[in-house]
Amino acid sequence: MTRPTRIEIDCSTGIESIIELTDAEVAQMQADAELAAERKAEEDAAAEALADLKASAKAKLVAGTPLTEAEANTLVL
Amino acid sequence: MANTYELIASSTVGSGGAASIDFTSIPSTYTDLVVKFSVRNSAGATWGTLTLNGSSSNWSLKNLYGDGSSTGSQSQTVNTFTVMQNNTGDTANTFTNSEFYIPNYAGSNYKSISYEQTRENNATAAYIYLHALLWSDTAAINQVTLNAITNNFAQYSTAYLYGVKSS
Repeated sequence: MTRPTRIEIDCSTGIESIIELTDAEVAQMQADAELAAERKAEEDAAAEALADLKASAKAKLVAGTPLTEAEANTLVL
Repeated sequence: MANTYELIASSTVGSGGAASIDFTSIPSTYTDLVVKFSVRNSAGATWGTLTLNGSSSNWSLKNLYGDGSSTGSQSQTVNTFTVMQNNTGDTANTFTNSEFYIPNYAGSNYKSISYEQTRENNATAAYIYLHALLWSDTAAINQVTLNAITNNFAQYSTAYLYGVKSS
C-alpha cells in the first residue's frame, strides 16, 4: 500500500519536497480526524438546538404563551 | 495598515494528492502573514485542520456561518482548528476557498487571526464561515500547515503564503 505523502515548502530556500508520512504522523492524522468529527457533531447539535428554540419561540408567540429567556434570545438582537 | 503583499511560497497538489501542505521556516521579516488556499478532499472528508508551529492546541473562536438554508454563530474553545474542504459529495471540480490573515505573527503576544472560507457547491447546501480566532500562544509563527487529515487533498488544490509589510 502506498504511504500518504505531504508537501513541505521550506520558505527560506523555496525548495518543495514531497515526503512520505511517518507512522507517528499517520497516527496524528487519525487523532485529528476524530477531533474534527467531534467538532462537526458539536456544530450540528448547536445548529439543531437553535432551530428547535426558534420553532418553539414562534409557536409560543402564535399561541400567546410566555417564552423562556433562551427562546426570547433567538428573537432579540 | 499593511500596504505591501509579497508571495513567500506556494504549492499546487499533483496527481498523487497530498495529506498536507506545510510551509516551514517562514521568515520573521514581515508584519503580517496571509494564507490563501483552495482545497478539495480526494474522497468524502469535509474537515481538515490548520496548525501553527506544529501545535494543534490553544484555539478559541467566534464565528458566523450560513449553510444555504440557515445561519448561526458559535463561540468555542477547541484543541484543533478545523477548516472545511470540498469533497466528492460536492459538485465536481469545486473547491473550498479560504483566507487566513495573521497580524503581528512574529510578535510575542497571543495571535488574533481572521479567517473566512466559502465551500462552493451547485446545490442548496453551500457554506460560508467568518471566524475571529485567537491562538493563545506567544511563540512567533514560523510554520503553517494545512492537513487533509482524512484521505488527501485532491489534485489542483493550492496554497499560497504571502508576507505583508506595513511600509
